[in-house]
Amino acid sequence: MSKGWRWAVLLLPFLAFVLLVVFLLRGLFSDPTELSSALVGKPVPQFTVPDLYQPERTYTHDILKGQPLLLNVWATWCPTCRAEHEYLNKLAAEGVAIIGLNYKDDSRDKAVAWLNTLGDPYQVNLFDADGSVALEFGVYGAPETFLIDASGTVRYRHVGDVNERVWQGELGQRYRALLDGATQETNK
Amino acid sequence: MIHALSRCLALASMLFLISFAVTVPSAGAQSLQEYEFDEPAQEALFHDLIDELRCPKCQNQSIADSNAELAKDLRDRTYVMVKQGASKQEVIDYMVARYGDFVHYQPPMTFVTSILWWGPLTVLAVGALVILYRVRRQKVEEIELDAGEQARLEELRREGEKEQNR
Repeated sequence: MSKGWRWAVLLLPFLAFVLLVVFLLRGLFSDPTELSSALVGKPVPQFTVPDLYQPERTYTHDILKGQPLLLNVWATWCPTCRAEHEYLNKLAAEGVAIIGLNYKDDSRDKAVAWLNTLGDPYQVNLFDADGSVALEFGVYGAPETFLIDASGTVRYRHVGDVNERVWQGELGQRYRALLDGATQETNK
Repeated sequence: MIHALSRCLALASMLFLISFAVTVPSAGAQSLQEYEFDEPAQEALFHDLIDELRCPKCQNQSIADSNAELAKDLRDRTYVMVKQGASKQEVIDYMVARYGDFVHYQPPMTFVTSILWWGPLTVLAVGALVILYRVRRQKVEEIELDAGEQARLEELRREGEKEQNR
């Protein structure tokens, strides 16, 4: 066996080991509960859903078109939604368009009371009592936040609470990029 | 010695059986009484589907097995679709369009998932090649003795025989 071959044979297990370590390390720091949305890059699904405050008033999927916005899925039974609520109030005050989708809440009154006490960061409040709209969006828990562009295409989904770190991260960066794109369009 | 060995074997086979008992999912853990069908074919399809669809909320349970709220919603939707005469593929496509490939226990064959098929085969093939290579090398080496070594071998053999006959 030539010298070069011998080195190759000796290094091969080592390289395999390094590959395995990289693979396992990635596994260690990845969150298996975080699934990428199947809707990314697709237009928002069609739906008709009542308003949270006024049961007789209904909205369709068209409400999600016209500007880059966040669709926030929340419920009063969801502790993490409570945790992110302050931050959503802050974002709304900064002018971020957020639409709320109340997901299978215990009751309409409870949801309204929550918004009355904690503040209402949502431009529009959708009330999805049986979770059928959320099912169209592939929602598997709350809170989830979808980033939707002006044409009504889903661009990104964030699972878990929205906070400063998330807003500085991918969700916020993508939102700001969309906003820049939208203002450039109107200035043309 | 033999006792210890048989005991070991018994223990091993017991552990083997227990491991099966643990890994077999408790199928039908959820009450499915509420789903009533007029046609047995639709009922069979429904049960096939809820065993094959994976609950997105709970990592490793089928929607038949999980008691998560979401699993119930997906069971209900599957029931409605099957009742309306949807085919198996239609229901699966509907779920995958919303929840991604994660929701189906049979991953589609794509470039990334193809490693699941050829990965183990490659490992087997590499192992077989290594064994083949080594076995061939062993055969080649035949030792030849010169006259002196041959004489020493004879001498050792004779001594060995003497030892045995003693």
